[in-house]
Amino acid sequence: MLEAQRISILFGQRTVLNEASFGLETGEIIALLGPNGAGKTTLIRALNRTLPVAHGEIRLDGKRLAELSRREIAKRIAVVAQENETKFPVTVLEFVLSGRFVHGGAFGWESESDIEIARRSLCDCDLSEFADRFMNELSGGERQRVVLARALATGANILLLDEPTANLDLAHQALMFRLVRERCREKGASAIVITHDLNLAAEFADRVLLLSGGRVLTAGPPAEVLTVENISSVFAVDVLLDENPVTGNVRVTGLF
Amino acid sequence: MLWFGSLLALLLVVVLIIGAMFGAERISLTELSVQQQAILFDIRLPRVFLAAFVGASLAAAGAGLQALLRNPLAEPYLLGVSNGAALGMMLAFVLFENVEFLRPVMAFIGAVVATIVVYQMAKSRTGMTVERLVLSGVIVTTFLSSVIVLFTSLLDAAKLRSFTFWLLGDLSQTTRSGVYLCLVAAVVGIIVLGSQARALNLMMIGERDALDFGVEVGRVRLLVFGASALLVGASVAASGSVGYVGLVVPHIVRLASGSDNRSVIPFSALAGASFVILADLIARVAIAPRELPVGAITALIGAPVFIFLLRRN
Repeated sequence: MLEAQRISILFGQRTVLNEASFGLETGEIIALLGPNGAGKTTLIRALNRTLPVAHGEIRLDGKRLAELSRREIAKRIAVVAQENETKFPVTVLEFVLSGRFVHGGAFGWESESDIEIARRSLCDCDLSEFADRFMNELSGGERQRVVLARALATGANILLLDEPTANLDLAHQALMFRLVRERCREKGASAIVITHDLNLAAEFADRVLLLSGGRVLTAGPPAEVLTVENISSVFAVDVLLDENPVTGNVRVTGLF
Repeated sequence: MLWFGSLLALLLVVVLIIGAMFGAERISLTELSVQQQAILFDIRLPRVFLAAFVGASLAAAGAGLQALLRNPLAEPYLLGVSNGAALGMMLAFVLFENVEFLRPVMAFIGAVVATIVVYQMAKSRTGMTVERLVLSGVIVTTFLSSVIVLFTSLLDAAKLRSFTFWLLGDLSQTTRSGVYLCLVAAVVGIIVLGSQARALNLMMIGERDALDFGVEVGRVRLLVFGASALLVGASVAASGSVGYVGLVVPHIVRLASGSDNRSVIPFSALAGASFVILADLIARVAIAPRELPVGAITALIGAPVFIFLLRRN
């Protein structure tokens, strides 16, 4: 669906991302792992063209991303970014409805179906009673769920999630991943998720992309990528690997 | 929301009638002497309508700029946009005294240049904070004020007095061409702003969010800056710098109707029209038969609101 071919991104003279290549298939969830400053957020921003690519090419369903309009890109790709505070009193429902922007005309008001979609995705994210609350009254975790609800409400079939679970309690982390996985398995969507939780990545991701110093170090199924050698070289910390006794997936424990 | 819009429209009609009736000479709308007819049709009505168009323009421009810049304190007067227009107007006045149509054109150009300068100054690599924008506005405003003061020294005493009044925001020198100019600018400007209202809802949340969710940010910025400069340029050319309208009015409208720009922009226009008509009425009757500049009245109301908003931020 989405394919990056040797893309490089520069901030001034500095190369933040260096010839990264990978493809995202239908129904797939990719976890993007790597230390702070590895270029994870930069990569995600390039994938919906909110950052320009210096070299290389990104294709969305075979079409060059550079040739698509913002509207066309937003119809296909939804983003859950790290949070953003607004100075104006915006209600939760208004916030989620802003995700329906590309489906309306310029003067357009939302249709009944837009409002129904927004309410359904609030309900999915366990936020039904929050519809009329103001965004700046919510806790960090609640806001993060609203941001996910907005991304789901867009109807886009590619989700780019930048640390979506950073402020969430255990139950809501599970809810978030169940929702993303449902989208991918049942509706043919696919997702790229940045996370620092290696065990979560091992549990839910089909593939893991390990980024370090702006390069894709290695990519593949979690069990192949999450090795003692890879992790200790990228994160510069000793780890213990074993098997999760319930799911059988690889389990990482940092040795501090 | 419909009830609030209807209420504002009703208020505007009532205020228009009151504005036409009261003044240095009280006019009964049922029985008019010839002299009163002349006052009503040649002086009072054009002035009341100009006040309405100026108020609508400034309030809508304020609402648009606030959403675009994600800053409830953004206001054409405080950002220096009004002073930019005033300097443009002044240059036209000094350099091409007899070419009347150049004045609003130069006012528009001045507003555009001031907008660009403030925006560039306020922008930094880490984004644009409320304080940075307000400070940039203050710097541009004071700089432009001093340039304007330098130019006023070129004027003779009679011109100087009318010019000083005009600078403070003054509706006493209303001309028919000024009324028509402001009507056209208000209609075009407010329609353009309204057409971007839904995109502004996303811009208000964050520029990054707007990009992510399909807004052509550059185009929206261009249209909103252009429309605001048109609205402010025409208003300043016709009535000088009437301050704080774009701050007070959208703030009150948001309290009543929420932050959705599809209602905030048109409602601000309606409420702004009433606000300036009333402020001008006070300016006309407070020390009748002498007059105060309307900008002094709006500033007396607006400055405390600004302080309140700044503290709450």
